[in-house]
Amino acid sequence: MMKRMLFALAALVACQFALAGVKIEHWVSPSGARVYFVESRALPILDVQVDFAAGSMFDPAGKPGVASLTRGILDLGAGNLDENAIADRLADIGAQLGGGADNDRASVALRTLSTPEKREQALDLLRLVLSSPRFDGAIFLREKTRTIANLKESLTRPDVIASKAFWEAMYPVHPYGREAMPETVAKIGRDDLTRFYRTYYNARNATVTLVGDVSRAEAEKIAESLLAKLPPGEAPALPPPPQLPKEGIQRIAHPAAQSHIHIGLPAIAKGDPDFFPLVVGNYTLGGGGFVSRLMKEVRDKRGYAYNVYSYFAPLKQPGPFQIGLQTKRSQADEALQVTRAILQDFLKDGPSPEELAAAKANLVGSFPLRLDSNRKILENVANIGFYGLPLDYLDRYQDRIRAVTADEVRQAFARHIRPENLVTVMVATDKP
Amino acid sequence: MLRTLQLKHLLVALIAPGLIAAAQANPFETTLKNGLRVIVKEDHRAPTAVQMVWYRIGSIDEMDGNSGVAHVLEHMMFKGTPTIGPGEFNRRVAAAGGRDNAFTSRDYTAYFQQVPKEKLPEMMELEADRMRHLNVDPKEFAQEIKVVMEERRMRTDDNPQAKLYEQANAMAFETHPYRRPVIGWMSDLEHMTARDAHEWYDRWYVPNNAYLVVTGDVDHQAVFALAEKYYGPLEGRALPARKPLSEPSQEGIRRLVVKAPAELPLLVMGYKAPVVRDVAKDIDPFALEMLAAVLDGHEAARFGKRLVREQKIAVSAGVDYDSTALGPGMFVLHGSPSEGKTVAELETALRREIARIQKDGVSESELKRAKAQVVAAQVYKRDSMFAQAMEIGQMEATGLSYKDIDLMIERLQQITGPQVQAVAKKYFGDDTLTVGVLDPQPLDGKPRQPATPARH
Repeated sequence: MMKRMLFALAALVACQFALAGVKIEHWVSPSGARVYFVESRALPILDVQVDFAAGSMFDPAGKPGVASLTRGILDLGAGNLDENAIADRLADIGAQLGGGADNDRASVALRTLSTPEKREQALDLLRLVLSSPRFDGAIFLREKTRTIANLKESLTRPDVIASKAFWEAMYPVHPYGREAMPETVAKIGRDDLTRFYRTYYNARNATVTLVGDVSRAEAEKIAESLLAKLPPGEAPALPPPPQLPKEGIQRIAHPAAQSHIHIGLPAIAKGDPDFFPLVVGNYTLGGGGFVSRLMKEVRDKRGYAYNVYSYFAPLKQPGPFQIGLQTKRSQADEALQVTRAILQDFLKDGPSPEELAAAKANLVGSFPLRLDSNRKILENVANIGFYGLPLDYLDRYQDRIRAVTADEVRQAFARHIRPENLVTVMVATDKP
Repeated sequence: MLRTLQLKHLLVALIAPGLIAAAQANPFETTLKNGLRVIVKEDHRAPTAVQMVWYRIGSIDEMDGNSGVAHVLEHMMFKGTPTIGPGEFNRRVAAAGGRDNAFTSRDYTAYFQQVPKEKLPEMMELEADRMRHLNVDPKEFAQEIKVVMEERRMRTDDNPQAKLYEQANAMAFETHPYRRPVIGWMSDLEHMTARDAHEWYDRWYVPNNAYLVVTGDVDHQAVFALAEKYYGPLEGRALPARKPLSEPSQEGIRRLVVKAPAELPLLVMGYKAPVVRDVAKDIDPFALEMLAAVLDGHEAARFGKRLVREQKIAVSAGVDYDSTALGPGMFVLHGSPSEGKTVAELETALRREIARIQKDGVSESELKRAKAQVVAAQVYKRDSMFAQAMEIGQMEATGLSYKDIDLMIERLQQITGPQVQAVAKKYFGDDTLTVGVLDPQPLDGKPRQPATPARH
């Protein structure tokens, strides 16, 4: 579930970028992968991220957890190197190999010093991991056991229980609602992983993003060499889009001191033009940190919660709109009432002129902060590449925010947030 | 969304500096007449800036019955001055396209804004205003203290692992203020008054107890001039004397158990350990940093490779050691046993790893690897203006100087295998050890398990 929290945060950041001046170069490599490149010579660093459409939405039926395990084991032994040799060699040159799997994608991300000797060693390791993972049987069993143990532990925590129940309630049919559980992971075999890898880890299903201290010519060579040995394959078919759930509330018992409350529904997919009015409106509702209505009413005025927020997390297919908070269990129902009332008011009236102006001022003005490091540029460009957003997305972002009107906000919220489809999950409540 | 407690330092976070260009004067420094130090690190990669104001005041300065007041005051700092109403501070920062927050730790309390560079003057004006002119309104306090109690419930009361750390800490330190949690005991929060917070503010929030750190696309002379303009008029004041604080030496192992709803047991073993007091002369803290890296610096370091991957005794195992702090240090081993293994078996395994180093030392390649990671992290750190400002601030807050950041890296590079072996022999005796165990309880609270869990 950490995955989803991180993902949500990343989505927030990714949702709010902009900046003229990031020059994105794009081409398709001979192997069929889409490549995105930003040259940045200020620091001797190279970041490379390879994204496959191989997230948990592609888990085989009845076996949630395959995507995540496949990605997890990918770098635990490849070619002639065992898991320790890979980790040691990376450490020897100070390189970092990261990434993970979320709902849509599996990512493999490398950060290395750009001096040619170190860079080449690091890229060799990345190439090996991408093209020749071993999926060693003993390591598979060990990681499966650890995954189950960690899942059991996490399922004792109210936040995790709430999040899993919430996703299942929002997506009763669509794969976004299929949660890995100890029982589902127990059913996974090594074959499931190798099959998943062969199906989804291929060049046509990949985007490669490079940011840092290399030339365009070098970037072309690197991108091609990383994927040349993968089968060309094809991009996977998507399941039918999610249907909207029916309004309802689910209360789950737990001994925690605080109730965890989630309210939401599937809202929009990446690239939906309503994204701009929604993100502007949500700033006022619960996205704008300390200045949002939820924060002012629930936290500042009433002291109900330390953290209360709302966000849109667009995915390949409509991803969630979500409101969340934690509060002392004895006051959970009052807090829920206040929260619902704030949402209803906002759906009815939208932002005031002052609120709209403040939202735009922040979203437009904070624009340089979203791209002031290679790490942030990588995140944004990889997002553009993976989801096929226009290359001038960043350049136009501020203008599109500026153009949003209060009417558009109201209409977009009315289209995407219908009360009859809102699901609510409460964990640790005093009511049955 | 964190007005928050600070940061468990990882090896990398702590020692990786951003300062390569020692030949240049960057960072630049000046001190105002009222005692406020101003440190500016220019970094012109992107048109943004970070302002941080660090106060030399943290939970280390609290008294019994008043735990958590440093952090509560941090929350109150957003509640207004005669010229800036409650909530207005956040509103102004947001309108400037900025982000702001604050954090409290044992040793310091710090406030920051990240903004487009042209908004820096406005941020400095705002931050200077609340340095001396805060309102601590009882009505605002009454609401905010509830928020802090919710924060405590979320971070600690409903988090079994955090609860174990809190209680192990309270046992490891008997008299030193580090025994108190930064967020405060719940009972102290329940009885805290606006007056407590106000007194705290009056006593400690003065320019001569603070320093300003600015990083980003700025000109240091211009920042000095702005600092003079906005912070210069604030009056300094003599600070109350702070008495020396020392923890009596521990003379025997301490053990505790915390029962809480969970699935996996957690074992923490904290050994009293030194921290850096003299960057040029100390050896042991740097050797301990290298020891931490050899045990847990990367996936295939000794703990991961042997305990998790080969022997499969642990689901996870790691090390926490922070070589910079105002108060006493701890070197902490921690882990969760695999199913079928007991906490006792894991404890034996962790001890065995230390014993191996005591007996055989570390290999040249392990040490070289740890040092390579330090050097790379030093470069990666420069990708973040925020991280560079944090590093300067933390060095200063723990009684060291940001000018010694490069020297810290050098000292780490000089550590030898025998020095690592020597600290493994010196600091891992039972007499200064505190062992804490999280004993998982079922969620429904019905059957109680034995205190020392033997899970299978």
